[in-house]
Amino acid sequence: MHKLWASTYKEMLLLIRDLGGIAILFIMPILLLIVITLVQDSTFKTISDVKIPILLVDNDKGEISKNIIENLSESNSFEILQKSSEEEAKEAVFSGKYQLAIVIPKNLSASLQKKVDQNVEGILSKFGLEEDTLAIAKEVIPQKEVRLYFDPATQTSFKSSVKNGIDKMISKIETQRIYKAFQTELGEEDAEPIFDTENFIAFKEILPTKNNEEIIPNSAQHNVPAWTLFAIFFIIVPLSINLVKEKNQGTFVRLRTQPVNYATVLGGKTIVYLCVCLIQFTLMLLVGIYLFPAMGLPGIDISGKLPMLYIVALFSGLAAIGLGLLLGTIARTQEQAAPFGSTLVVILAALGGVWVPVFVMPKLMQLISKISPMNWGLEAFYDVFLRNVGFSKILPEISLLLLFFLITIIIAIIYNRRKNAV
Amino acid sequence: MIQINQLSKKYKDAEDFSVKDLDLKVQDGEIYGLLGPNGAGKTTLISMLTSLLKPTSGSFTINGLNFKENKNQLKQLIGIVPQEYALYPTLTAFENLQYFGSMYGIKGDALKKSINEHLEVMGLSKFAHKKTDTFSGGMKRRVNLIAGILHQPKVLFLDEPTVGVDVQSKNVIIDHLKLLNEKGTTIVYTSHHLNEAEFFCTHVAIIDRGEIIVKGVPSQLIKNQPGANNLEDVFLAQTGKALRDYA
Repeated sequence: MHKLWASTYKEMLLLIRDLGGIAILFIMPILLLIVITLVQDSTFKTISDVKIPILLVDNDKGEISKNIIENLSESNSFEILQKSSEEEAKEAVFSGKYQLAIVIPKNLSASLQKKVDQNVEGILSKFGLEEDTLAIAKEVIPQKEVRLYFDPATQTSFKSSVKNGIDKMISKIETQRIYKAFQTELGEEDAEPIFDTENFIAFKEILPTKNNEEIIPNSAQHNVPAWTLFAIFFIIVPLSINLVKEKNQGTFVRLRTQPVNYATVLGGKTIVYLCVCLIQFTLMLLVGIYLFPAMGLPGIDISGKLPMLYIVALFSGLAAIGLGLLLGTIARTQEQAAPFGSTLVVILAALGGVWVPVFVMPKLMQLISKISPMNWGLEAFYDVFLRNVGFSKILPEISLLLLFFLITIIIAIIYNRRKNAV
Repeated sequence: MIQINQLSKKYKDAEDFSVKDLDLKVQDGEIYGLLGPNGAGKTTLISMLTSLLKPTSGSFTINGLNFKENKNQLKQLIGIVPQEYALYPTLTAFENLQYFGSMYGIKGDALKKSINEHLEVMGLSKFAHKKTDTFSGGMKRRVNLIAGILHQPKVLFLDEPTVGVDVQSKNVIIDHLKLLNEKGTTIVYTSHHLNEAEFFCTHVAIIDRGEIIVKGVPSQLIKNQPGANNLEDVFLAQTGKALRDYA
């Protein structure tokens, strides 16, 4: 115990003497959290503060194009800039000046009207309500296409959401046209609308509640756990470098000749770096609670969750430290440890669902993500932060994190023993 | 007593043995100098004797103990002063010594007393609370030495303890080692300073290409070597004048 305490004290001294290192350990994760939350905040808001400028070429100049422009403007997501030529719009988008150009084809309003009339009259004639439909039915109306030009650098998710939005908007306009055509054919053109054009089937998101109040997830509640975990796991890099540096500076050679086991050396590092993880976590929470609201970002609510959050942070920290100590034991140089460690954290974060939710991953990746300690940590954090579960629900995840720590430490000790066997 | 029997070490991918079938006996209370040109196998031998390297073959015991069966007991018995500075640069001399002393199980006031005494003898008391990265080479060597002797080892291994230090530091180190020896510590040390070894060691062994060429009491070796006036003459006569660069 005395040796473990001495190792811990030594590690603490080494750490506090490296002020630059401490600054990086504590400031960089906070900076990361703030930047990511600022960047992602708009995607969590129903109405975005930011309008994306898009180009629109109106070759129709009719009622439909007017409707499209109105709908796009009302969405509050886009700032519409009209262009007269499709070629000009295409060039501006493909050169990256704009993300999107929408080209409304010529005669869209007239053609749609004709097509709708044709369909409505066709239906009515089946019921004997229309006498002479043959002439209209014979005319073939070519399909019209609204052309979309995207900047090649535009992300697929943005493209999909824009395409879906425009598709939904056009469908709605078409439906309204059909209803209107029916009303006209029935001779009720000037009367009040007979058909209700609003959607009959609506959907409502039911959110978890606490004290009869809905808990609405915001960007901070998603980002604080995810990026805190990312920062906790980044401890792998300084920790593995610390171990490699020790091996290379001769002190480790002396330790190997002393009556002290490797587990004690690792124990001292574990205790100190675990404290670092918990301080990091505390700072991130403080940022989420106090700094975010001051910056106009949504804050996080940790009321009644604090002990559980610290339990998850503690076990996540242990898992990260285990991995860092294993890497530091195996790596021979800092050049091996640093790039491998940082890349490994990024891979674990990707697998763990920090960037892309696990459920949207391909099946194989979903399976692989189940063995990522960052996934266990993230799920446990989400359980506490967003799902408001009890301790028993996070027990499997924190058990896995503890098991991961024990396995990595045991491998590190066995590896060291075999490598230095005499 | 150190008893070495047919001890050999061949590094992976190396063509030759670094230490080959080496037999040596070091009696209690001796100061035994292992001398030899670069690459002779001195450091390899000391590394095996201090559990840093696994021998390819052969065996050895220190005070009747071996590392396979009595690892921790043996580690408590020996001290090592490595060739490189085995110190944490951002810790003070006192903090370094406190840590390494703790690893030998020394604690509390006994540890503080031992550290202060050694620092005093080595002329480092007023630098006790300065970081070692501000120390000169000689000062680091002295702290390096103290870290290996805080627990009063029965056998002390030193790998070139006076390399790269000024004359004053060298004298302090040698005087302190003599004092330790007088108190009963057996010393095994390697050095390139043949003049120093001649007067410091009770016994020396000249090693070349992993084998002991000659061993004995320095004065006797000089006497037995025709035309030799000092240990350096013996050394050159035994190992030749060809350069021994290796990589």
